[in-house]
Amino acid sequence: MGNTNNTAGGWGFLALELDGVAGGASALAAAVLAAESAGFHAVTFSDSPAQGRLNALQRAAFAGPLTRSLVLIPEVDTAYTEPFHASTQLASLDYVSGGRAGWIATAEDNPAAAAAVGRSYVAGDGLAQETAASIEVSRRLWDSWEDDAVIQDVASGRYLDAGKLHYVDFDGPGYSVKGPSIIPRPLQGQLPVLVPASLVGSGLVEPSAVDAVLVSAPTAELLAEEVRDVRDRLGGASPAVVVELDVVLDARGQGAAQRLGDESSALGEPGSGGVDGARRARFAGSAADLADLLTEVLEVADGVRLHPARFDIDFEELSRLVLPELRRRGVLAPVPPDGTFRDLLGLERPASRYAATAVGN
Amino acid sequence: MTQHSRAKYQPSGKLQFGIFFQGVNSGTIWKAAESGSQTDFESFRRIAQTAERGLFAAFFLGEGLRLREHLGRPHELDVAGRPDAQAMLAALAAVTSNIGLVATQNTTYNDPADLAHRLSSLDLLSGGRAAWNIVTTDNAWTGANFRRGGYLDHADRYTHAEAFVETAKRIWDSHDPAAGQWQRVVHEGQHYTVDVTPRLPRSAQYRPVLFQAGDSPEGRNFAARQADVIFSAHPKLDDALDFRRDIVERTLDAGRGASDVKIMPASEFILAATPEEARDKKAWVRSLQIGPQQAIAYLEQFWGRELGEYDPDGPLPEIDPVVEETSETRGSGFHGAKARQLADQWRAEAKEKGLSIRQFVSAKTSRVDATFNGSYSEVADRLVEYARTGAVDGFNISPWLIPTGLDDIVNHLVPALQERGVYPTEYAGSTLRENLGLATPERAESAVGAAPSEARV
Repeated sequence: MGNTNNTAGGWGFLALELDGVAGGASALAAAVLAAESAGFHAVTFSDSPAQGRLNALQRAAFAGPLTRSLVLIPEVDTAYTEPFHASTQLASLDYVSGGRAGWIATAEDNPAAAAAVGRSYVAGDGLAQETAASIEVSRRLWDSWEDDAVIQDVASGRYLDAGKLHYVDFDGPGYSVKGPSIIPRPLQGQLPVLVPASLVGSGLVEPSAVDAVLVSAPTAELLAEEVRDVRDRLGGASPAVVVELDVVLDARGQGAAQRLGDESSALGEPGSGGVDGARRARFAGSAADLADLLTEVLEVADGVRLHPARFDIDFEELSRLVLPELRRRGVLAPVPPDGTFRDLLGLERPASRYAATAVGN
Repeated sequence: MTQHSRAKYQPSGKLQFGIFFQGVNSGTIWKAAESGSQTDFESFRRIAQTAERGLFAAFFLGEGLRLREHLGRPHELDVAGRPDAQAMLAALAAVTSNIGLVATQNTTYNDPADLAHRLSSLDLLSGGRAAWNIVTTDNAWTGANFRRGGYLDHADRYTHAEAFVETAKRIWDSHDPAAGQWQRVVHEGQHYTVDVTPRLPRSAQYRPVLFQAGDSPEGRNFAARQADVIFSAHPKLDDALDFRRDIVERTLDAGRGASDVKIMPASEFILAATPEEARDKKAWVRSLQIGPQQAIAYLEQFWGRELGEYDPDGPLPEIDPVVEETSETRGSGFHGAKARQLADQWRAEAKEKGLSIRQFVSAKTSRVDATFNGSYSEVADRLVEYARTGAVDGFNISPWLIPTGLDDIVNHLVPALQERGVYPTEYAGSTLRENLGLATPERAESAVGAAPSEARV
């Protein structure tokens, strides 16, 4: 077992992308329960504008009270959203899920998304700068209430201790945010933040601001090499690495290749919906071969985010054949009861950055 | 728009309840042994499920935009720390099945396309139970948390809000189910521009229900044109009847039907088995809502200076305010006033009634007319009058305890009202629109691509 990864125990985790769950709230509820009982560690929620796609953070919040151990990771755009709202929404998700929230910080590279909110289109490095700024705003706001800011001190009549609340005074690209947050510190202190690798690097989103990077490659065979390259590029204190992989499995008496042929129009180009516009690798084949590939990838990566080509069909094969095989091989991290996302990533709960500073600042 | 005959308003004879989980202010007691967390999901789940057991029509959440301040630093004395309304309501949608989910969202620090999309998402996730309580906020102090900043003139707030709401309605109207397509919605206004092809279908109740709370003439006209429900500030029976007459008039003037806008005033219930117990309970509630520190802090915001040396159980301060205009606790919704004049007036009032600082502030901060205090049957009898006269369609209740603050109401008052035939005995349907007795909007196809309202005003 390779130990280049840094998840708890040196194993990897599996995240399941829920896009393509059709049929409304009851289908979403059924899907998250099925994902949890199948042994997935996490589910992710795409949020790029697409017909019929509900707001990702709300879908994740809806899943919160229904699940016990499943980590819930919505995409939330950083280019055209209000950072203060995004921060509050993500902290709220952490509360409704009992500390199981994460954030895939995306940067919508799309003129239509800019026009929808009447903003100028941001492209190139500007996107990474928006992402960096939004993450910094959230991280400061999440720390702006120290853990013990709610004192409920009857003797002094104080519900809050103002000395443990902090202005964040963020000055960024064209805007500023005063703070403090409107909601107490999230249960995890800081939610784990995942960012597409293409946005991370020197002059972009600093690797130290990120808990995990999402890595894509043109083909499944190139994934392990790409993971090593990203780790080299990001240097010593590299964040965790999560690999993006589309999956088309032999299913219901049809080979994956045949399904690809039959459903090519429905399935589209491989990975055409990638979070950073990059093509995602696609695996097409048998459950046994996918188990081999995931075993190889989890030797070097900390986790894999699986995108089923057809949710209903491929999820069935994943839960029936692939996950049991990976568990048998001892490749998957255990799912701790009442664990947080930070626990899964092997991250300590950090102290607030403001905890040591002078009172009242 | 359909032209209705100027039919007389017909009372429905029924009342509905909503619950407003305030999250911020002195009305929520945090000092009692029963006071629960303001943030833990279990508090929200407990009170929402209790409300649903009591067939409440709606569960309201406020919106936090900036933490309140007192004399330049965060205000310490009241509960604070609110979750994002829509994220919390989406979670509650998973553990409730009939109650409406109302998110307060401002029109200043949101974008119409984004907000309309999120509200549609909540509406679809909840099977048609979402509502939007429309508020306007316009100060630079709040704007300091937002990239949009505090750009809005106070005078423009309803023009802006109305253009925002009409754009949102066009987005919700844009889906043509027959064609399986969405029409592009373009708005170019004074305050913002929108160019979006929406992407969500309509919900089981067509689109989110719209609540509004403005009370000025402009606010009332806005509600008469745009809202489905007014979260009003007129709970006293005669005031409520006046307000109803006024709103019916304005609603008819706007070309809508006399019953098209429902009215639910903000209210507080302090109940017990007997009148005596209810009186004692009220004294206990008031003592915990306004403690000595809150009483002093309340005056400090109008005096603009620290008044810590004054005895909360003594008379009002004889020194004068140091400010011209009141420097109220920011974010609390107080309006400015001439400080000196106000101080003179209050000192005279307190002296005449023989009130201490604490008694005076308690009387000022608790809306006497919004409090229903008495035995279950006494209060039920009073409420029957509201139903009979059609003064209101229901009450939006702010519980003074979280999460057990509805238990008395659901266990005792609701059955008493049901016995009197003025409260539902089951949910009328699964959507908020059905449960409030609101008609389903008709798709204004022509309006989707029409000129924005700002061009007309």
